[in-house]
Amino acid sequence: MLNLTERDRAMLDGAHGPAAQFAMSIVVRMAEVYGAGELMDISHAHVDSAIYLGDATLEFAERLASLGARVAVPTSLNVSGVDECGWKEWAVSPEWAAKAARQMLAYERMGAVPMWTCAPYQTHMRPKFGQQIAWGESNAIAFANSVIGARTERYPDLLDICCAITGRVPAVGLHLAHNRAGQLLVRLVGVPRTLQDDDQFFAVFGHLVGQLAGDRIPVVDGIVVSPAEDHLKAFAAAAASSGRVALFHIVGVTPEAPTIDAALQGRMPDETVDVTMADLRAARDQLTTADGRELDMVILGSPHFSLAEFRALAPLVAGRRAHPRVKFLVTSSRLMKEEADKAGVLAPVVAFGAQITLDTCILASPMLPPEIATLMTNSAKYAYYAPSLLNTRVTFGSLADCVRSAIEGRVVRDESVWQRA
Amino acid sequence: MAARVIAGRALVSGDAEGEALVTGEALSFWGGYDFRTGEIIDRHHPLAGVRAAGRILAVPCSKGSSTTTAVLLEAVRAGTAPAAILTTGVDAFFALASIVAGVMYGKSFPVIALDASDFASLETGAHLIVDRDGRVSVS
Repeated sequence: MLNLTERDRAMLDGAHGPAAQFAMSIVVRMAEVYGAGELMDISHAHVDSAIYLGDATLEFAERLASLGARVAVPTSLNVSGVDECGWKEWAVSPEWAAKAARQMLAYERMGAVPMWTCAPYQTHMRPKFGQQIAWGESNAIAFANSVIGARTERYPDLLDICCAITGRVPAVGLHLAHNRAGQLLVRLVGVPRTLQDDDQFFAVFGHLVGQLAGDRIPVVDGIVVSPAEDHLKAFAAAAASSGRVALFHIVGVTPEAPTIDAALQGRMPDETVDVTMADLRAARDQLTTADGRELDMVILGSPHFSLAEFRALAPLVAGRRAHPRVKFLVTSSRLMKEEADKAGVLAPVVAFGAQITLDTCILASPMLPPEIATLMTNSAKYAYYAPSLLNTRVTFGSLADCVRSAIEGRVVRDESVWQRA
Repeated sequence: MAARVIAGRALVSGDAEGEALVTGEALSFWGGYDFRTGEIIDRHHPLAGVRAAGRILAVPCSKGSSTTTAVLLEAVRAGTAPAAILTTGVDAFFALASIVAGVMYGKSFPVIALDASDFASLETGAHLIVDRDGRVSVS
């Protein structure tokens, strides 16, 4: 039985205007689906709904905007369907660009902040430990819950904006401390520090953990390195693509997992799985669907490339040129590009021959011309989705592999970290 | 053959009738379902290449992208959505897509949560009738 406050009820009855009524009716209906007893406040939202897919997503956005919708809490916007400044360099049609831009405008009119990034946690709108938030975008949900310790359910598009407009969510799931206990214990066995330190490791391991976890919260034990934030980002994105992971704990690394016992909240795990080098090699192989060394394009930046990633890329490409036959694309946010420019790490990347796409990515915008058939990436998320969404073959490799392959004009990978320890 | 009746919980109630398409693997509709054709396109999924439009899709839960709901909404608008979705446990993504499709286009589809054992008894090709109380008759 759902108990609503007087204010909730007033919103539902239209006292706060037709947009709030529309949004609250959906939040309440979803509270019934979840079996919630009440709604609770949030103090931040991240809205994935601005991504243009077709007429339905645009009609939904413009319906809300025309009703006068305003967000009730600070709200950031995820990627859109178009790079407003750069789409003409690609295969995007003018009709797509126009409709995607209309959808962007609709959400901006609601008062959401046009960050246009799938890595909002790397901006000034990063939430805090324990903060109650309503976030969409699978990688961002997993990162916010796990790495920051903020609390969000796994919010789908169309509901995220309704939570932002009402400032209310069903009081269920990962908003509540007792639902955040780990359930599946994943132990790394015989995985050497040299591999854990490699920039590919967390993406591959995340891809594997996503498959192992099912609908359970995984707890990872056996990490002996201090992972960089972008490595945890890669893990979150991978696990939320191959699986439905919205929260993970890494013992000794993430804030709710100082110990195994803390991560499990004193309970026994439902299951314990050991992960070996052989399992990781198999997971790595799954991320590659290409079988030759042909290469049309290197694609980096899912989730959006960060300043630290630009800093790592710059020295690898400084003074070099990508092969004239190979496109080299980095997808990022306006903010990160500006910061990389200020830090002097954008210029060498551009001089290398890289293109930078902002606000969106190759999966969210129909950018790629049909002659692009083979991709290489260091992103498990790009590697997971590109074959299905873009009908391309893909090779997964490290950042250094991607750069070297772009220079040589064919796929080359350093296998040394994957050899038996 | 006499129909067998399974009792589920209607997350979104409605009537539907059609051929069952059953999988034990979770599915992300974004990157996994082409709303222009109604086909499952996730190359990692056992149903890749199979058309689900108009069929009753039994899938344990959603996974992956938050945009799954938006893809399903587009599919309802385009007439390429499954006729109903049967899950194990409560899947908010499928339910939301149907609820919003009802509000926007007056075209919700039933979303029924089944017990794991009932779900496991379903087979592709069976003829299913879903009623407003969440009952699924199988023949």
